[in-house]
Amino acid sequence: MSSPPSTSGKRVKVLVAKLGIDGHDRGAKVIARALRDAGFEVVYTGIRQTPMQVAMAAVQEDVDVIGVSMLSGAHMSHMRELMKRLEELGASDIPVVLGGTIPIPDIEPLKRIGVREVFLPGTSLREIVEHVRRLAEEKRALEREILGQ
Amino acid sequence: MPLFDEKSLERLEKEIERWEREVVPQWLKRLPERMEEFTTLSGIPVKRVYTPLDLRGFDYMEKLGLPGEYPYTRGIHATMYRARIWTMRMFSGYGGPEETNQRLKYLIKHGETGLSLAFDYPTLIGLDPDDPMARGEVGIVGVSVPTVVDMEVIFRDINLGEVTTNMTINPPAPVLLSFYVAVAEKQGVPYHKIGGTTQNDPLKEFIAQKSYVFPPEPAVKIAMDLVEWSIRNLPKWNPISISGYHIREAGATAVQELAFTLADGIEYVRQLRARGMDVDEFAPRLSFFFDAHINFFEEIAKFRAARRMWARIMREWFGARKARSMWLRFHTQTAGVSLTAQQPWLNIVRTAIEALAAVLGGTQSLHTNAFDEPFRVPSELAAKIALRTQQVIAYETGVADVIDPLGGSYYVEWLTDEMEERAWRIIERIERMGGMLEAVKKGYPQREVTEASYQFQREVEEGKRLIVGVNIFREEDEEEIRKVPLLEFDQEEIERRQVERVRRVREARDRARWERALSELRRAAERGENLMPYILGAVKAYATLGEIMGTLKGVYGTYVEPPIY
Repeated sequence: MSSPPSTSGKRVKVLVAKLGIDGHDRGAKVIARALRDAGFEVVYTGIRQTPMQVAMAAVQEDVDVIGVSMLSGAHMSHMRELMKRLEELGASDIPVVLGGTIPIPDIEPLKRIGVREVFLPGTSLREIVEHVRRLAEEKRALEREILGQ
Repeated sequence: MPLFDEKSLERLEKEIERWEREVVPQWLKRLPERMEEFTTLSGIPVKRVYTPLDLRGFDYMEKLGLPGEYPYTRGIHATMYRARIWTMRMFSGYGGPEETNQRLKYLIKHGETGLSLAFDYPTLIGLDPDDPMARGEVGIVGVSVPTVVDMEVIFRDINLGEVTTNMTINPPAPVLLSFYVAVAEKQGVPYHKIGGTTQNDPLKEFIAQKSYVFPPEPAVKIAMDLVEWSIRNLPKWNPISISGYHIREAGATAVQELAFTLADGIEYVRQLRARGMDVDEFAPRLSFFFDAHINFFEEIAKFRAARRMWARIMREWFGARKARSMWLRFHTQTAGVSLTAQQPWLNIVRTAIEALAAVLGGTQSLHTNAFDEPFRVPSELAAKIALRTQQVIAYETGVADVIDPLGGSYYVEWLTDEMEERAWRIIERIERMGGMLEAVKKGYPQREVTEASYQFQREVEEGKRLIVGVNIFREEDEEEIRKVPLLEFDQEEIERRQVERVRRVREARDRARWERALSELRRAAERGENLMPYILGAVKAYATLGEIMGTLKGVYGTYVEPPIY
């Protein structure tokens, strides 16, 4: 793609993951593709991943953002577990977003445990791409600040 | 014999030329059309109007025939819904067996005419509720059924000799069917009265639904074991439901859904013949399952084309002689993917339109989605409205009174032909690859579906596909979403209960008998025998779903998909 995806030079890297044992991967794949077409580097880990696997992959791949797709209804317990694992690995600075069939009353509790944004079905790809880009830039700006650059 | 004589067609051709030259341009100048090009959801361009000219050479008897007669385009029965309304079969289940038993009785009370079980994710991939991978998933998207005891509770006060039950289950299908048969036996129902369907369609698991467990070859082998055993033991059972639904929901076009589903069917026919079975012995028990999406006429054309193509395939490719072998009997579900989280009440309208397409397409049974499903499994009220939608179509509208009422529409006949032709091209390609099992191993349908789903999403993004509430007539602050009364249940409590129950079953059983049954199953798998009698034996010895599947995984291994997108 034409425009550089981030202000800090290095390409934005996103992990797209399916948590739990749900096989509905249409959304995850469409998002992965849209992020790639927007110039991001995308790592898609495939279906049936545990929170631990996703957290480790995020750290190993040194990603800027984690995007989780869930259509199983098991998001509360799996997301709680994912946030815990990220913290254990010292990776709480990686912003996490979630998309899928999420009941409205669950959105606030998800945000309280640290999920940065919840995307319902019907959200436009453009909106998701922009949101991910913004989160990645915020994270990098914070890193630069910490490193005193 | 062509329907229209050449002379009238020539006259019509001149009339159309004149109309396009003199009339249409004036209208276009005053009122330009809404789009440059109109296409169906499959991307088939459609013209302004269809006339007999689009059906040049159309041979009525060859293309359509009469209802109940080859090639069955107009319907598989001579009387269709005039004799009996389609089966209203609502896919349902959540929580534990107690909750699901309540839901089934509720739907029966409100006029549902067939049962259909939705299983939770652990059950769908053959895990017991206390498996570490099952944590947090028990009872959410369907009912948890790890043992024969759970199945017994689901059908408390329901006589299995009087209902038919569909089970949407794939790799563990032989286990769930065995649970069902064991419960029927316990209720005193003889084998010849046990009726229903196991989905048991492994190929589409790799293409779309992704609840695979075993690699493709053993997955197909195990599924065919169930079919063969069922044909010989359960004369009223549909052992397989060859499913386009999930392929479509994963993003395929209507044409791809049609082609991939029939190609799956062709593969299964070959597999069963390779076992030495006669085509007329098993073909009457094969059944199908399609999606009813929102592009109304395309869906109707798809159902009609499917019937005609399958009849041809069975008679001309496989030499079927019995009429029943040529019938494409199918269940339909309205399109889950067409539902929106935005302005969710509109989903009631979408579902009604899709259900109407299924009925006009001649479906044998129908599930209508509930409007709250973009969020969770349906509440009682939402499920009831969905069921009532079918009842309105059946009893108020009059559409069930005439068979195939759209037959003869220039547009619908043209579109039926067009869908058929495009589907044949895909089937030919799969044939050249060596059939669907080979095509799946090469990843061909998987890639096609992924591509089509992205294409669709881009069209929505660009405003080429309009969805009310999503990219047209949006409401920025949606009060309504918050007012949807969602089904509430204590998942953690249900999970605890299910874990406890499976542990109690393990403790109470005759250990020696259980061990013997599982080791006999393992040896049968190693020898390549039909596994059904051994799985039934293990179930009766109170082996759990996870234990039986675990034994088979030990022999066949498991499948891991390369994560392509």
